[in-house]
Amino acid sequence: MGNLKVQLGELTLSNPVMTASGTFGYGEEYADFVDINTLGGIVVKGTTLHAREGNAYPRMAETAKGMLNAVGLQNKGVDGFINEIYPRIKNFKTNILVNVSGSTVEEYIETAEKINELDAIPGIELNISCPNVKEGGMAFGTSCPSAIAVANAVRRVYKKHLMVKLSPNVTDITEIAKGVEGAGADSVSLINTLLGMAIDVNSRKPVLSTITGGLSGPCIKPVALRMVWQVAQAVNVPVVGMGGIASTEDAIEFLLAGASAIQIGTANFIDPTITIKVINGIREYLEINQMDDVKQLTGALITR
Amino acid sequence: MKHITDFTVVTNQRETDEFVVLTLQHPGELPSMVPGQFAEVRVDGAENAFLRRPLSIHDVDYSNNTIKLLIQEVGEGTRVLAKLKSGDQLNLVYPLGTGYTLPKSNRVLLVGGGCGVAPLLFLGRHFVENGIRPKFLIGGRTAATLIRLDAYEQLGDVYVTTEDGSAGHKGFVIHHPIMKTETPEFDHIYTCGPDAMMKVLAKYAGSRGITCQVSLENHMACGFGACLCCVTPTVDGHKCTCVDGPVFDSKYLKWEI
Repeated sequence: MGNLKVQLGELTLSNPVMTASGTFGYGEEYADFVDINTLGGIVVKGTTLHAREGNAYPRMAETAKGMLNAVGLQNKGVDGFINEIYPRIKNFKTNILVNVSGSTVEEYIETAEKINELDAIPGIELNISCPNVKEGGMAFGTSCPSAIAVANAVRRVYKKHLMVKLSPNVTDITEIAKGVEGAGADSVSLINTLLGMAIDVNSRKPVLSTITGGLSGPCIKPVALRMVWQVAQAVNVPVVGMGGIASTEDAIEFLLAGASAIQIGTANFIDPTITIKVINGIREYLEINQMDDVKQLTGALITR
Repeated sequence: MKHITDFTVVTNQRETDEFVVLTLQHPGELPSMVPGQFAEVRVDGAENAFLRRPLSIHDVDYSNNTIKLLIQEVGEGTRVLAKLKSGDQLNLVYPLGTGYTLPKSNRVLLVGGGCGVAPLLFLGRHFVENGIRPKFLIGGRTAATLIRLDAYEQLGDVYVTTEDGSAGHKGFVIHHPIMKTETPEFDHIYTCGPDAMMKVLAKYAGSRGITCQVSLENHMACGFGACLCCVTPTVDGHKCTCVDGPVFDSKYLKWEI
């Protein structure tokens, strides 16, 4: 049987399938559908220093082969996570990464420092790409100097795996990727949602309370795949690919483009068991193609 | 516990131009469900219906392991569901959400508007099984929009309003004579339907010391508390309609009424 184990720096994943922040809650929400311990990792909901109520309803609009969301980082704050949620999930035998966001560099630092103390959290995913908050979030990830500044600052205080989640809403994503790699990121994950919009023609109003929101789902996959391919060639740290993955074939495309691991997001809403299907599907793909290690797929794109 | 299961369509009964009732066979013993809970139904073969459709559990028959879903054709997704035929498979994630709670007294009024009548049949049956005879107040635009009145009449008294007066009392549900008596014949209102209707009922209940449980229909992506898209403002802040609801005590909601 082919090996599915992959390394992201010091972090060992039993297989390359992770779940994307904001689509998988804290894992518990899916415990009736899948054995969480069989996943390569889960990235839990975006967490900020202080509790946030998020944006007003409506926060979601269905689109062709996708959806827009404008949740706006609703969460209980890092202390709420540590006191209420962490005790419930710390015994999951998978890699639990916390997605960390903030409005200021100081907020990122303080949140990361607190999560650094949690034994069962081997890494964070630094969110410099949330399009749905007024301050911070994507603003950090769309300019090279600010992306480097926040990654640098968090790197100084955070001792475990530092994954940085990149925004696709930029002119050249490879510049940002190289910047955060230089600042000490252990891996980069991409892509976050694409900034989008929907209008109700009957009311002539925006569908979302925030007017614009983040587009996800299969409709963004070609864009995500292209960016993963570009970034994988530009950096030396492992790349975690995501954006519209909804099948084994999608996942393998991202690996071939250069990803060492992948995250499944929006597809969990339509099929809550999709992660397990993709893990089994990758295993079958290796068998059919007589490959003995999933790592052989990473970057194995044939371009001639 | 939540399940993900392929049901088989037994019948697709057309009720009106807009509404069908699907009867779905479960492959084994049905899990226990609470009235007011819902299913997230996967729509196969609709180009522009990407997400599952949240639909109330309309009725449950534990002896035959079947459930019913009432479907109003409002868009591409529900149009595809309304075309399903006997023998077709339908994938459900269910039972989801927090349903209605049983009352402390036996005097209950169940008020439905439009497709909001859907969960009230299962709820009415639940009351009958617990020795409570419910009263139903059902509102529609016209006589042609009233669905399955005979099914409700088998469980309790049914009162009807239509906006054009083509059936029952003319007006909205709040205008029905049973809402006008000085001392109402009920202590608890259970409602599902348009927000405007439910807000009027919540105000009515609040001013008379009556409890009012309302079922919300906020747009959802996941249906089980992962995406946080379907929130409603409550006295405790934003709460997910899919997990903390869809049924809420109206006093818990931050409604301007």
